[in-house]
Amino acid sequence: MDIFTQQLINGLVLGSIYALVALGYTMVYGILELINFAHGEVTMIGAMVALSVIGLLMGAAPDLPGLMVVLAGVLVAIPACMLLAFAIEKMAYRPLRKAPRLAPLITAIGVSIILQNAAMLIWGRQYVSFPRILPEARHELFGAHITDLQIAIVALSLLIMAGLWLLVQKTRLGRAMRATAQSKEVAALMGVNVDRVISATFVIGAALAAVAGVLVSAYYGLAHYYMGFLLGLKAFSAAVLGGIGNIAGAMLGGLLLGVIEALGAGYIGDLTGGFLGSHYQDVFAFFVLILVLVLRPSGLLGERVASRA
Amino acid sequence: MRRKPQIAFFWLSVLLVALPFLTGAALGNSWVRVLDFALLYVMLALGLNIVVGYAGLLDLGYVAFYALGAYLYAWLASPHFGVHLPFWAVLPLGAALAGLFGVLLGAPTLRLRGDYLAIVTLGFGEIIRIFMNNLNAPVNITNGPQGINLIDPVALGGFRFAGTQQVLGVSLPSTYLFYYLFLAFTLAAIFIAMRLQDSRIGRAWAALREDEVAAAAMGVNTRNLKLLAFAMGATFGGLAGGLFAAFQGFISPESFNLWESILILCMIVLGGMGHIPGVILGAVLLTVLPEALRYIGDWQRHAFGHVYVDPSDLRMLLFGLALVLMMVYRPAGLIPSRQRKREFAAEDGVAEQEQASLYDARG
Amino acid sequence: MLEVNAVSKRFGGVTALEDVTLAVNKGEIYGLIGPNGAGKTTLFNCMTGLYSVTSGEIRLEGHPLHNRKPHEIVARGFARTFQNIRLFANMTALENIMVGRHTRTRAGVLGAVLRCERTRAEERAIRERARELLDFAGLHGKGRFLAGHLPYGDQRRLEIARALATDPHLLALDEPVAGMNPTERRQMGELFRRLRDAGITLLLIEHDVKLVMDVCDRVAVLDYGRKIAEGTPEQVQRDPAVIAAYLGAETRAAGAAP
Repeated sequence: MDIFTQQLINGLVLGSIYALVALGYTMVYGILELINFAHGEVTMIGAMVALSVIGLLMGAAPDLPGLMVVLAGVLVAIPACMLLAFAIEKMAYRPLRKAPRLAPLITAIGVSIILQNAAMLIWGRQYVSFPRILPEARHELFGAHITDLQIAIVALSLLIMAGLWLLVQKTRLGRAMRATAQSKEVAALMGVNVDRVISATFVIGAALAAVAGVLVSAYYGLAHYYMGFLLGLKAFSAAVLGGIGNIAGAMLGGLLLGVIEALGAGYIGDLTGGFLGSHYQDVFAFFVLILVLVLRPSGLLGERVASRA
Repeated sequence: MRRKPQIAFFWLSVLLVALPFLTGAALGNSWVRVLDFALLYVMLALGLNIVVGYAGLLDLGYVAFYALGAYLYAWLASPHFGVHLPFWAVLPLGAALAGLFGVLLGAPTLRLRGDYLAIVTLGFGEIIRIFMNNLNAPVNITNGPQGINLIDPVALGGFRFAGTQQVLGVSLPSTYLFYYLFLAFTLAAIFIAMRLQDSRIGRAWAALREDEVAAAAMGVNTRNLKLLAFAMGATFGGLAGGLFAAFQGFISPESFNLWESILILCMIVLGGMGHIPGVILGAVLLTVLPEALRYIGDWQRHAFGHVYVDPSDLRMLLFGLALVLMMVYRPAGLIPSRQRKREFAAEDGVAEQEQASLYDARG
Repeated sequence: MLEVNAVSKRFGGVTALEDVTLAVNKGEIYGLIGPNGAGKTTLFNCMTGLYSVTSGEIRLEGHPLHNRKPHEIVARGFARTFQNIRLFANMTALENIMVGRHTRTRAGVLGAVLRCERTRAEERAIRERARELLDFAGLHGKGRFLAGHLPYGDQRRLEIARALATDPHLLALDEPVAGMNPTERRQMGELFRRLRDAGITLLLIEHDVKLVMDVCDRVAVLDYGRKIAEGTPEQVQRDPAVIAAYLGAETRAAGAAP
């Protein structure tokens, strides 16, 4: 088996999930210049809600095909996350829109902790396993394996991203979002309902996060109340890598980060003579983040300079 | 009239000296241990307050510096490497190492916007933890998740902080001894934090927090001052880490997870960012309250015969809620700072002036 | 004293300044005028290190300033104020001025903690100088008030006092009398002359033509990022290019209105 190709495939699969989550960070940052720390937790809630629905359905209707069951889970998780994000924005962030920068950032952390611990109380400390109800056929591809699930993850992610791209570029809402990102004041003067646009941004990001949450738990076969933290951190790194505030950048950054991580984890043992092993996989996202911030703070596709006078 | 502050100072000193005995008598000796931790957290909170409260930089990986101090102490004073350096030699080394890492981490990120610092420090905290957990093979540096055990007890001039010791005819358990040791360090930390705030450096930090561009345009070297705040905070963290290791005699990565960073941040936010009495109150409250929360578990068992909600699970939830509520409703903290009080005073002043200028215009 | 040599500044595709050259002589009051969006504040920001320049150079008394950090420029003796007053709103008026002494003082962490005789003497000197400047700017007795709570005119004066605390040889003021009534404007004009008499060279961005004509020794006019005229106020006032720019600006503004 070709390790390089295999890791590349694994990286792309993971990367497309990072990209979905990164989009939520980048859209909110583009408009509010706020790192929405709670976004990773929204992803986790998406996975948890979907798993609960899946569990219920499997108990109630054991004959239903697996794909349908998972789909039902996703379809419940999406509105749940959208509602959650709407509430978070309205209650925790909106009152602080004019406050000093530190205030919403601290609130965001507070929300993140609340969600994480609420999830722990609801779903427990244990790992929740994702039932093996999806087709698991493996295919050969350039001397490596790829599963149906992996193909589905990449395809679905690409589809969603294309949809988002169309939404932002072609629709009225998209235009309002872009205008608001440029300047809230001017957009408001031009008749854009800024509050509604900001809500919409959060809600769209949450929908993507819900899908990403289900995908990632299906991929790893489990979910956990703590999973949102690291996923969120990595997705944010991906957003920075691509250029924060830039939607295409978040997609590129996500894919790239996934690949870097997979290849890094695959080769770190050889590179360090066995001193560091693949359990350092989680370190890569962070080093990428630091490197980008040092070398090119505006990211790969970003134009905006990090600090504005 | 003028003797009043001195009298208050005298009674405060008496109280601080007698506190472990009072606590031990009233609540039992396990609460003296809580007091020790409260002091440790006051030190940590004061350190983080330099970064967050004075300079306005959000550091979410503060516990990493605490961990560095603790691990350095464990490496240099335990059988793990067979090195047994004395307390006074190791403690400053830990503080210096943490300060150095503060500079290394701050240098690339501090020229960027503040919120990048938050995420980088958050990542840094996790990285340190991953390394602590995994650097036990092929060369055993951290002993992995098991942590490092049998750390040397503090010895000051032949006097060992272990077991029960006779001091001036009074027998003191080690928790009492550590109380006085920590109290000395905490008072020093308070002193340093106060002096820093009321100084040329402190003013520059405040200016930086208020308006970075204006501060730069007034000749403040923003990058160096941010770095200084960051390094100072890290140094406090490293020092507290060393003390923690010496106190516990055992450390493991578990003690240095993200929640510790968040907890310390909560202390500052709750009490009042940038305001020393507020920070102290926040640290004491958030150390003592979770201990008191344990009674909720007892109460549930007593009332229902079963623990429905584990109080330790509730703890972080409440902290998160506190962060949000404080920011939305009371951003200045429980004890409003001098600056807030002055704001009210100034408002009256402005009103008076405007009155005065009105009369001028008429005349 | 200050030489601006062929300075251009581009933001992405937008050219904010193009090939601007001007020279400010020691001891004069130099005015920078022009219609809105002409690039005056951009030029200020390039001079004081908030923006990098795309090309060209800026020198103060022979020392290059372009692409230097703001604090280095302040240390060279060039201070500024902002068009949209940027005081430290939650610090007192006196503390604001004391921050201005930062570059001219030395005490570090050790000095702050130990508070040795030298630090205490320095602190006393800072406080004393800040009080002097408070009085100089006509803010006597207002040192305890929070800067954010001072009346507007006082805030403008405080910002100048804060800039003066850095001991500048050259002081750049961005629309210092904007929003003031005629009496306050006259007082400000007097303050500018007192500053010049104290040996400080002044660089003003101003919209108020009367004030510019009254106090400035020489004037440069910017339009669309280019310098279109330079000379004494009288010369500039008669310059056809200037008249065209201002009239043009008016017709442009009139045309844009619905």
